Amino acid sequence: MAIPKVMGTEIEYGITVRNDRDFDPIASCVLLVNSYREEHAGKILWDYDQENPLADARGFQVDGEKYTPNQQENIARNKTLVNGARYYVDHAHPEYSCPEVTNVRDLVLHEKAGEVVIEISRREATALLPPGAQLLIYKNNSDRKGNSYGSHENYLMDRRTSFKQIVEHLMSFLVTRQVYCGAGKVGSENRAHPCDYQITQRADFFETEVALDTMVKRPIINTRDEPHADREKYRRLHVIVGDSNMSEYTIFLRNGATSLMLEMIEDGAIRKDLSLRDPVRSIKEVSHDATCRKEITLENGRKLTAVQIQREFLEMALAYTSGRSIDPITKEVLARWQHVVECLERDPMELSREIDWVIKKAMIESFMERKGLDWESPQVQMLDLQYHDTRPDKGLYHMLVRQGRIERVVTDEEIAAAVHEPPEDTRAYFRGQCLKRYPGEVFGVNWDSISFGIGDEPIKRVLMGEPLKGSKAHVEQLLESSPTAADLVKNLRA
Amino acid sequence: MADTTQKQKPKRGGEEDGAGTSEGGQKLAKKGEKLKEEMDALVDEIDEVLEENAEEFVKNYVQRGGE
Repeated sequence: MAIPKVMGTEIEYGITVRNDRDFDPIASCVLLVNSYREEHAGKILWDYDQENPLADARGFQVDGEKYTPNQQENIARNKTLVNGARYYVDHAHPEYSCPEVTNVRDLVLHEKAGEVVIEISRREATALLPPGAQLLIYKNNSDRKGNSYGSHENYLMDRRTSFKQIVEHLMSFLVTRQVYCGAGKVGSENRAHPCDYQITQRADFFETEVALDTMVKRPIINTRDEPHADREKYRRLHVIVGDSNMSEYTIFLRNGATSLMLEMIEDGAIRKDLSLRDPVRSIKEVSHDATCRKEITLENGRKLTAVQIQREFLEMALAYTSGRSIDPITKEVLARWQHVVECLERDPMELSREIDWVIKKAMIESFMERKGLDWESPQVQMLDLQYHDTRPDKGLYHMLVRQGRIERVVTDEEIAAAVHEPPEDTRAYFRGQCLKRYPGEVFGVNWDSISFGIGDEPIKRVLMGEPLKGSKAHVEQLLESSPTAADLVKNLRA
Repeated sequence: MADTTQKQKPKRGGEEDGAGTSEGGQKLAKKGEKLKEEMDALVDEIDEVLEENAEEFVKNYVQRGGE
């Protein structure tokens, strides 16, 4: 039985400093994250204690060392924000994990709010650098030199759905959804076949089908089993194969269609076998064909294009939802999925207002034509990168929005509100509110717990194993009647 | 001696011309012009904000591997 798809995205950003060739990315990330100031700002730890990144969903524990920073490093590298998000340094990249949301529209708002947080801190951090030096941040996944960094999606699932079932039905969906999720890229990498322009940033970097690692020999389906919730009931599916998207419409459809697929898998509603013979090969074949006409081979020998495979999934989703009452947002997901598949069937370039890779390609081609450039020109490569620049006055996606060339899903006002307000219908609300109300008394935070240091007493940890508990409806009264953290703990025990 | 064929020039503001084909032709031409203007505006604005030293910038943009 499908459970509500609580979800979130964690996005690693690219970072560089202009006019400082010897800049240290880790130090720059720490500066960046610490340049974002909120009123409650206290010295709060990220509580790594219960994290288990070496647990594999296929049922075993991998040997290895779990990295945990010491307390000082921890505080320097981790911020938990009043909107319930986590903003931190992950290896050599700034990373923003948005708070848990129940629906795809809120997901768009909070992912976009993350970009605002990044940009505010970028400006503040730049002011602290030597004159002439400038911190620059990019919401993309590749540096054209063989290095890649990810945009990860997280979806709550019922643990009774076996991982095997998920792999079986999701693999071909993930390989083909790129036709409306890809962020586009000039050229190819990682020993892939050369090409002028491809649909995704990441496809070239995927080398296995199913595995635990996220940094080398990347798998299309990641087996990380760290639910950050009640382990008996829940699974958190950690999807690492996507690109970092700028377009709200693309983000909406990416998470919308994927969460609908997962509901169908949970309900046993995937009736057709669309398994691919060689997913690792196909993901690149699809990515390298911007006409979307390349046929890939199914396990049963049939050959279909990625669009045809997505059409099959769409039809299944329409059948699954017909005859049941569905909420307006799901209706919108289906309408957009349908619109996009229809356009892709005719001509992908019809989606130059909605889908990142098409928006970017149309922009680059206009520029190339006017200036007589080719795909190898440095300026074309610069356009590819600058599309993802977070600065509102320089980022090319932002420029296109200003010119009215982009189909939007949410408003700037709503995004601005999401920078300071948590979603009201998940435990992110409780987390954000505790940070707002009890500054100085919050000792440590994790996704599924929050700890208080009250006076000289031992640290009190409040467990939050249910992602939907801790919503405004659940805890507003509790919070209103708890002026201090001590009151809160007392009231929780009552 | 080569034959010369006089091409018929479409009338300006030609509403009266047969079956509106001339008008349709003009509409299409106007639309084409508008698209070209829009594209020019797009390229002009890109020019204003695009990183000047593209080659060097792209060369120096190196990241550590992430997840």
